[in-house]
Amino acid sequence: MRREDYPEKQARITGIGQSQVGRPSDRTSLQLTLDACLQAIADAGLSVDEIDGLTCHFGKVTEGGGISPVGTIDTMLALGIRPVWTNPSSAEGPGHMGAIFQAIMAVATGLCRHVLVFRTVGQARARLASRASTLLTGSRERVDGGNAFFVPYHAHSPANMWALYARAYFDKYGVGAEQLGWVAVNGRRMAAHNPNAIYRTPITLDDYLSSRMISTPLRLYDCDSHIDGSTALIVSHKDAAKDLKNPPLAIEAMGMSVGGIGEGLHEGDFTAIPATRAGEMLWKRTDLTRKDVDCAQIYDGFSIHVPLWLEAVGLLDPGEALRFIEGGTRVALDGELPLNTSGGQLSAGRFHGYGHTHEACLQLWGRGGGRQVRDAQTCMVVNGGYGYGAMLLRRT
Amino acid sequence: MTAPEPPRKLPALTPETEAFWTGGKDGHLLIRRCTGCGRYQHPPTPLCPVCRTETMEPAPVSGRGTVRTFTVNHQQWLPGLSRQYVFAAVELPEQAELYVFSNILAPPEAVHGGMPVTVCFEHQEDVWLPLFRPENTPETPDAA
Repeated sequence: MRREDYPEKQARITGIGQSQVGRPSDRTSLQLTLDACLQAIADAGLSVDEIDGLTCHFGKVTEGGGISPVGTIDTMLALGIRPVWTNPSSAEGPGHMGAIFQAIMAVATGLCRHVLVFRTVGQARARLASRASTLLTGSRERVDGGNAFFVPYHAHSPANMWALYARAYFDKYGVGAEQLGWVAVNGRRMAAHNPNAIYRTPITLDDYLSSRMISTPLRLYDCDSHIDGSTALIVSHKDAAKDLKNPPLAIEAMGMSVGGIGEGLHEGDFTAIPATRAGEMLWKRTDLTRKDVDCAQIYDGFSIHVPLWLEAVGLLDPGEALRFIEGGTRVALDGELPLNTSGGQLSAGRFHGYGHTHEACLQLWGRGGGRQVRDAQTCMVVNGGYGYGAMLLRRT
Repeated sequence: MTAPEPPRKLPALTPETEAFWTGGKDGHLLIRRCTGCGRYQHPPTPLCPVCRTETMEPAPVSGRGTVRTFTVNHQQWLPGLSRQYVFAAVELPEQAELYVFSNILAPPEAVHGGMPVTVCFEHQEDVWLPLFRPENTPETPDAA
């Protein structure tokens, strides 16, 4: 296939929206979803009736601690639209970005012109009802699936799992909390300029080092925060994107992969994630190189995801990332690679990957305000801990 | 070291996982292995990942292992779960990158990457949960 025929080259991002963040929110999950969706539709300059495709990550889950309380059908009915295609992405796909990839494919095949993509989380409210609702433990008498290999050992949280990666990474590359802490410090510094971030008061490395230990070596500030909120974006066919409100953003290249971490199957020595395959795929689909990347929105469900992902997607070499981030200078707004300019999930809240894509678009449209990266032309955005998605976005 | 409170939530037994969870009844750590090519696979799958044939059978391994990476849990995830405990990925010597997740029955400060460990079992209901203790320590519940 010729490169210009790749599906992502047929698609553009034309609008974004995000609800107000809450911990908890006084609006229902469906209200938050509609807030984000209507904002994204208006941002693109579309009317609601022009939406002809609808997807989200992932489908509606009525249990599961608010991980995905709103599905495509709820939203379709609430918006009163009749899309030709709806389908949520699966937790078994290439991470949170799976829904965006589906939207790209829906427009590239000619099925849809404007696909509305959203991600809603209601985890803050769910935790008020049951603090254990967001754990791996589950409500059944016995634990099954991949969690059967963790929960009997009192590894109740993904924090326990990712702590294994942090420990192995520290041991292999001779780094530690003094380096990893800068991921959190950097996020909070950026979030100070994000009015919709859940935590906006800057922290120092000392604050980080004195924060409560969760599961060594991961501390409180290494973990993102459950929120109630929703993010939406519009993926349009390039031909349908021309005369809309925003200059359409190109998806220069995409990459995706899955692995077995959630099923208890680990590749390698716990210092790299299978996202490497997503990175390799992405760079095969573009002539741009890592030197062309102006800023990076890197998934940070846990701080350790950031070095793992930066290396997996080839923006930095293996073992290099935490030294690069240490001190915060090279990842600052005026640094070589401005990083997680919304504050990431650690400080802006767990919009579950979609905060990162929202921020990438916002930067490329020059709407970053106090956190704007000067003349940002390209942005890398990556999502996922168990399945992996990456996009290189650029201005057109 | 006594089991942390509350009691462990036990795994559901499936045709593929049953041997792993019950091998301790006879004192064996059982890992499924291909009778054709010798490949071990854990967590278990119905097919050999190399041969793609239904040739996986539980096979006893030495029970020795190495702590590849670990974490000391501090957070009280559940009411009563107050004691610090070690959760680790133990690499078995039988095959590179063959990992079993477990608790290490040792004081947290004594655990380190590369530490040699030996399997032991904790029996609850129909499960013999594989746990690991430092090599050359006596298999007593209060060793830690």
